[in-house]
Amino acid sequence: MSDTVSGLLTIAALLTLLAVVYVPLGDHMARVFTSTRHLRVERALYRVGGIDPDAEQSARGYVLSLVAFSVVSIVLLLAILVGQAALPWDRGLPGMPWDMAVNTAVSFVTNTNWQSYAGESTLGFATQALGLTVQNVVSAAVGLAVAVALVRGFARAESSTLGSFWVDLVRGTVRVLLPLALVAAVLLLLGGVVQNLSDVTVRALGGGTQVVPGGLVASQEAVKQLGTNGGGFFNANSAHPFENPTALTNLLQVFLMLVVPVSLTRTFGTLVGSRRQGLVLLGAMGVLWAGALAVTTWAEVGGQGQAAQAAGAAMEGKETRFGEWASALFAVSTTGTSTGAVNASHDSMSPLGGGTVMAHMMLGEVSPGGVGSGLYGILVAAILAVFVAGLMVGRTPELLGKKIGSREMTYVALYTLVVPALVLVGIGTAIALPSTADAMGNPGGHGFSEVVYAFTSAANNNGSAFGGITVTSTFFQLTLAAAMLLGRFVPIVLVVLLAGSLARQRRVPTTAGTLPTATLLFGGLVVGVVLLVSALTFFPTLALGPVAEALTGAPR
Amino acid sequence: MTRTSAATPLSRQLVQQLPAALRKLDPRHLWRSPVMFVVWIGSLVTTVSAVVDPSVFAVAIAVWLWLTVVFGNLAEAVAEGRGKAQADSLRAARTDVTARRVAADGSESVVAGTELAVGDLVRVSAGEVIPGDGDVVEGVATVDESAITGESAPVVREAGGDRSAVTGGTRVLSDEIVVRITSAPGETFLDRMISLVEGAERRKTPNEIALSILLVSLTIIFLLAVVTISPMADYAGAPQPTVVLVALLVCLIPTTIGALLSAIGIAGMDRLVRVNVLAMSGRAVEAAGDVSTLLLDKTGTITYGNRRASRFVPAEGVTLAELTEAARIASLADLTPEGRSIVDLAVADTGATGTGAPLPDGAEPVEFTAQTRMSGVDLPDGRELRKGAGSAVEAWSGAALPAEVGAAGYEISMSGGTPLLVAERRAGDTRVLGVVHLKDVVKEGMVERFAELRRMGIRTVMVTGDNALTARAIAAEAGVDDVLAEATPEDKMRLIREEQSGGRLVAMTGDGTNDAPALAAADVGVAMASGTSAAKEAGNMVDLDSDPTKLIDVVRIGKQLLITRGALTTFSIANDLAKYFAIVPAMFVTAYPSLDALNVMRLATPESAILSAVIFNALVIVGLIPVALKGVRSRAADAASVLRRNLLVFGVGGVVVPFVGIKLIDLLVSQIPGIR
Repeated sequence: MSDTVSGLLTIAALLTLLAVVYVPLGDHMARVFTSTRHLRVERALYRVGGIDPDAEQSARGYVLSLVAFSVVSIVLLLAILVGQAALPWDRGLPGMPWDMAVNTAVSFVTNTNWQSYAGESTLGFATQALGLTVQNVVSAAVGLAVAVALVRGFARAESSTLGSFWVDLVRGTVRVLLPLALVAAVLLLLGGVVQNLSDVTVRALGGGTQVVPGGLVASQEAVKQLGTNGGGFFNANSAHPFENPTALTNLLQVFLMLVVPVSLTRTFGTLVGSRRQGLVLLGAMGVLWAGALAVTTWAEVGGQGQAAQAAGAAMEGKETRFGEWASALFAVSTTGTSTGAVNASHDSMSPLGGGTVMAHMMLGEVSPGGVGSGLYGILVAAILAVFVAGLMVGRTPELLGKKIGSREMTYVALYTLVVPALVLVGIGTAIALPSTADAMGNPGGHGFSEVVYAFTSAANNNGSAFGGITVTSTFFQLTLAAAMLLGRFVPIVLVVLLAGSLARQRRVPTTAGTLPTATLLFGGLVVGVVLLVSALTFFPTLALGPVAEALTGAPR
Repeated sequence: MTRTSAATPLSRQLVQQLPAALRKLDPRHLWRSPVMFVVWIGSLVTTVSAVVDPSVFAVAIAVWLWLTVVFGNLAEAVAEGRGKAQADSLRAARTDVTARRVAADGSESVVAGTELAVGDLVRVSAGEVIPGDGDVVEGVATVDESAITGESAPVVREAGGDRSAVTGGTRVLSDEIVVRITSAPGETFLDRMISLVEGAERRKTPNEIALSILLVSLTIIFLLAVVTISPMADYAGAPQPTVVLVALLVCLIPTTIGALLSAIGIAGMDRLVRVNVLAMSGRAVEAAGDVSTLLLDKTGTITYGNRRASRFVPAEGVTLAELTEAARIASLADLTPEGRSIVDLAVADTGATGTGAPLPDGAEPVEFTAQTRMSGVDLPDGRELRKGAGSAVEAWSGAALPAEVGAAGYEISMSGGTPLLVAERRAGDTRVLGVVHLKDVVKEGMVERFAELRRMGIRTVMVTGDNALTARAIAAEAGVDDVLAEATPEDKMRLIREEQSGGRLVAMTGDGTNDAPALAAADVGVAMASGTSAAKEAGNMVDLDSDPTKLIDVVRIGKQLLITRGALTTFSIANDLAKYFAIVPAMFVTAYPSLDALNVMRLATPESAILSAVIFNALVIVGLIPVALKGVRSRAADAASVLRRNLLVFGVGGVVVPFVGIKLIDLLVSQIPGIR
């Protein structure tokens, strides 16, 4: 089987799997977040937390609970990271330095999973499981809760409440993420991913023996992908044979990244009573993802760049187990879902391919985005689209019967502003510092791209890295942590407030004069808005990095 | 007096308003439009740079940035100028007048118009100007209202009823009236109109505010993008001069819509003024675009209002001649159009000359009252003739209607007509003579207009005092969507509340005092200028022509305003793509020669590329002033096809036009020595 055929078959298999679970998982989530019944384990959790699960919260209450939960999460994780020597199975490793611990704690609580450390040589088994894996689950559940709150903003009318953050958090964890993660972990285990509490001695190719660190990999790996986290157990992430041994586990991992964000559009459609609208948003996400995949695959398979052409293939930094096609598929999916796991070195991709995955993050993580964050991101883009387009049909803009007035527009405009601002200010500050040039792994445009990639990845809560660059200086640890923290929670607060404002409104009935939004044309418009906003923001930045590089075609 | 009117060509208006545009360079004025304020600061910065480090390029950029601000001001000044012209002609009507005040004892004293107080009575004779707004309490007169409405045909104003309101500044042409003043000097309708058309009270509307928020956030993003280019360019080894960075910033921020936004709003109000409708606020105009339910009075709006007799249907045992004569006599004293049409039909049918025999001496006309709901005449011979609705006549006669009369009435109602029963009482013996078929005629062109409204997603509800049957028949003929029959003012109010609680915006017209609560409750309430002052106070628009069909124009103008805003925003943002392709390669081609591939327009030099983009950015404002003032054509079509068309013209057009425009400007600019 040629690479092309196997690559296309892999993509076809992935899309088929997603299509199969779309309706059942989407509708399951819709039921989970509207059910009035509580499971016994949930009741126990509410009792421990002293929470009345039937009390609804206003937007303000929802935000405060969410922020409080996240602050506590960061502090706890920070304590675990710094004090891991006190935990069992610490493998004799010392606590993390404070700046790296701050960066890592923020990174995992914000669902970014940017890693400035190497997992296997820095963290004990208990730290990985109790600290990181726990956050992999709950940080995703936070994103899910925010998305559900926004969906309720559209679905409800004249309501002063958005549901309960605590109930949404618990249900997202207990009824969605944990069951799915359990199934995924078993499948990964069957596929050859390790799950133990000891290091493994293997026979090396040269004949000698080699000790390879093991750990609770399969369980962490499952939720790493499912929760669009991306933080690898090992430094090599999904390129490591213990994390991602075969083409089959690779396919499963890509599927896991995409499955929740994709199915959430069904949940949205079901809850707002327009499944077609959900499909249109999914279509917009899909077009962006497919476009990025096409360009990246073409760039990688075509061996763009002089080095690849000299070598005959662009295999530098790629696993022979996966090849160009599966590496491109993984890279595009990881950058489109804010996951950040990698099975190849993005740094070593062709200028065009590397530039595309970088630009893919700059779209704001909506193709299809992270767990929850993808849905609320694309909904914000849809509001932006409807605002301008709605005026063009001669009415003040409305989406799904909700007017987009100045209050809603303020939240949407700030949401659109904050992540690009963090990226631009981060890059601008870093590049102005003389020390940054030393941190870069390469000179010129490529070195610049490393810095651009780092801040884009952090502020968009992706977590993947362009390699090469050394980010362990206190400057990078803290600025990137700030980018992650603000890039996650400022948009979240704005989205919940937006949801509250939408929920308070009464519903405007649909007439022939209403801009129809469950259409191909509107889907195209959403794609256009996402592309245009990011293109206008990042055109000069991209021009100085990957575009200049790609057009030059020079070796890095 | 120099007058700038719509008849003056736009080019002349632009020149005339240039001084006003230059006066608007005051930063305190520009602060209202944050986008243009940023351009103003940019102009200042480049001017300083050009002075410190002069070059042809820097001076040219500075000059064109200033021109960008001036062009934006010019758009606003021209839009305001049109309103001012209207205000001037109104002001001419507000000349100082004297008034003859009538005291309680009937004596008259001459006072200045400005000394009048609310409640004063003034007498106005033929040839005199009415000194203030008021209601006629005595007499009938023809009044020339052309100063306000522009309509030269005089109108009749009389005491009592809904034609009693007169407006200060209008002139009595014949007869004499006594007017009770209803508004204090300085607060009259004319005064309010003047300040409205001048735009003195202009506040940003809710949608303008929302759009401004978007524009400001885009400006901030571009500000950050440009500021951070500086260190990036330094790293790349291509440090950028301030002039270039400012030029890039101004090209990227949405200057086109930022410059034209207020002109669009003023022009929208102005378009309403042109169809003789005054909006009390821009908010009302915006709401008009969102209206999804129109309440239209049947009479005068949908039908000509005068129901006319078309047929006599005698009861069993009554001859046609007997019914015809009885109906004629019963209607002789009835001067309503309906009554007269019965007389006309009777005369035509019987072939009598003139209006037939007059009422015999001693005949007592019986006026229509709300209680009896009948009118007629008591003849000296003791015969009593009555005509009225079926239920009223039935009550009067004290017996059930004859079956064939009931059937004829039902048939007439079903066909959309109104059955008017005629009955007589002679020596205590009451007899129903038959039915007069009154017919309501639907105005020409209404069917098409309602179809148009339906395509735009607007529901029309006909409001009428007729019974449900009659109402539905007319509704079907006219093609309205729904009917509110036998409507009382309370019913109307209830309907408005119902529609609004379903999230629909309601527009209605009204002129009577009992319409006032509904006018106030409606999202768009258009009061007729001929209506009572209570109605005019309650509504948020006044129609000077008192033409209720105008409501449809109001909705169209509201939509046009929003479409223009959206279209120019789209155009403005879509323009940026081409400007990036002009400026970014020009900035960095020295550091990365490969970026020359992005110079898809093949612009001559980096300097000419940047200057061309700046010039295009400024000229496109001037080019779009006519669109901002006239508004984008709004067509009666469903939202999806309107969107498709406007996206094509302003979205795709917005991407393509600047590529062509910048290239053409570059061909000229590259000839300038020092730029080449």
